[in-house]
Amino acid sequence: MAAADNTTPLLAVDDLTVRFRTDEGWMTAVDRVSLAVGEGEALGIVGESGSGKSVTALSILRLHAAATTRMPTGRIMYGGRDMLGLSTREMRTIRGGEIAMIFQDPMSSLNPVLTIADQIGESLRLHQGLDQATARRRAVELLELVRIPDAARRVDEYPHRLSGGMRQRVMIAIAIACRPKLLIADEPTTALDVTIQAQILDLLRDLQTELGMSVILITHDMGVIAEFARRVMVMYAGRVVETSPVSALFRRPVHPYTDGLLAAIPKLDVDVRRLPAIPGSIPDPTAVIPGCRYSPRCPIVEETCRREAPELLAAGPEREARCPPRVAALAVERVA
Amino acid sequence: MYRGILMRLSQAVPVLLIFAVMVFMLMHLLPGDPALAIAGPEASAEAVEVIREQLGLNRPILVQLLEWFSHLAVGNFGESLMLKQSVVSAVVERLPVTLSLSLVSLVITLPAGILLGVVAAYWRSSWIDASVMVVALLGVSLPGFWVGLLSVLFFSVHLGWFPPSGYAPLDETGLVAWLASLIQPAVVLALFQIGFLARITRSAMLDVLDQDFIRTARAKGVDEWTTLAKHAFRNTLIPVVTVLGITLSLLIGGSVVIEQVFALPGIGRLIVQGIMNRDYPLVQGTMLLFGFAFVVINILVDIIYTLVDPRVRYG
Repeated sequence: MAAADNTTPLLAVDDLTVRFRTDEGWMTAVDRVSLAVGEGEALGIVGESGSGKSVTALSILRLHAAATTRMPTGRIMYGGRDMLGLSTREMRTIRGGEIAMIFQDPMSSLNPVLTIADQIGESLRLHQGLDQATARRRAVELLELVRIPDAARRVDEYPHRLSGGMRQRVMIAIAIACRPKLLIADEPTTALDVTIQAQILDLLRDLQTELGMSVILITHDMGVIAEFARRVMVMYAGRVVETSPVSALFRRPVHPYTDGLLAAIPKLDVDVRRLPAIPGSIPDPTAVIPGCRYSPRCPIVEETCRREAPELLAAGPEREARCPPRVAALAVERVA
Repeated sequence: MYRGILMRLSQAVPVLLIFAVMVFMLMHLLPGDPALAIAGPEASAEAVEVIREQLGLNRPILVQLLEWFSHLAVGNFGESLMLKQSVVSAVVERLPVTLSLSLVSLVITLPAGILLGVVAAYWRSSWIDASVMVVALLGVSLPGFWVGLLSVLFFSVHLGWFPPSGYAPLDETGLVAWLASLIQPAVVLALFQIGFLARITRSAMLDVLDQDFIRTARAKGVDEWTTLAKHAFRNTLIPVVTVLGITLSLLIGGSVVIEQVFALPGIGRLIVQGIMNRDYPLVQGTMLLFGFAFVVINILVDIIYTLVDPRVRYG
């Protein structure tokens, strides 16, 4: 897959496969996923719950549950090294220092018994060797940067005194504390009110430009993708089904699953009684589906789809899709 | 905060009042009475009746209860019938023994129980976890008096390391003799507590380790030890402190049995003797002090709560 520019991407994930142990045996949560993020680029990963998007994100920092997960296979290239081969000590210097992460639920992501100053400062003390007092001063600046009013007072409070939106801002402050090169945001707005969602997205976008970070934004919300990302990767049942520049994807989705996702976005100008939904649900991860994993739900399914597992195929400039019938149809269209 | 403590103490008054009535009723429901015990088995029915008359036991029970209360109201806990001394002085005399036993036992229980629980949780579902849980299960299941007897047989009779029974006062015999006389009963008493605390700590720690903020700490690049000691441990203490009050109460209750086994002249033994002799004032007074101790312990636990959890405020 090509990155945004021709130089080596900041992060290149290659054939990442993650397997979990469940009560019913081993299941593959992420199946040969490849992605690349260039410097300063915003990549969106979209998919339903259970599509493997969060597991992909967690695996990059090796934060998946160690007890039930087999060590991921594939390669995660960062700074010329494969992160899957790093020692835990080397991994720790990357976590929070060069690659930071924010999570879905700000209500439970902060430690209830530690002050904000301590939780932001910890990162600074760890990666930049700041002393307590300097770290606290930096923490106040960071709170101001994420637009928390009255930062000097807030910094000494405990998380339970802050609202959900404020806590997510604190999480962002922790994440950007050490000026990471890459920020992984795993559904950062899902747990928030709609108005707060927009504020947090604005904040993330501003910080991205100000700090020149790359961002991987994971969401199930196509609207968030449209607002935030330049490139998007659609995942379904542990696999990438389509990657594309955002504008092209919205103009003309290739994979029928992407069709379904886009059709499910409510439109203000059209009066509908019921939003279209994709029939069926995401398959059980332990279930064996011989052909295309989307075939049981696919409206344009063909006989071969049920037999042969499709590969990702080139479908235009910077575009790939895992749907041979659609890709073939596109090619015919282009020739004609 | 002081207002909160005063509030709690005033709430304790009705609790102790009800408790006092229950203790009084239970004692008087027991067959036999102090007159029989004092007069001895050979005494004639007339002699027993005379003693009953002297002690005021032939009066209606409600009158006796009200009399006891009126004395309590002015701080008079009465005279022991057997010991020929005031209840207060009998208790004060034996208090150091029970306090020493409880304290030494607590000093063993807290680190051992919490450490075992944390270790088991961190290495969950490993052989370490399994062995800790077996030890904890044995601790809560084995009866203290039986373990105590075995322990005396082995460490005192066979090895001769510790005295088999008796108490060596700290101010008279010194630290070593004091500890030697207490270490055996204290450990036996602690076994149950350790098992209990280890199980509570383990499950609390498992809950905490699954929390999102632990993942946040790891995502920051915090090492495993700091994650455990700084991020997980204080959160684990919140439920542990809750059961600390129960643990302390169990400690006092358990000391009644252990003092018997090791012939320690403490309050537990005093109560048992009092019950045997139907020494009404002694048992009632001592039990009331126990009740008061529980109230104070629970207030202390609530105060510790505010130190551990910033979300909790007192008062």
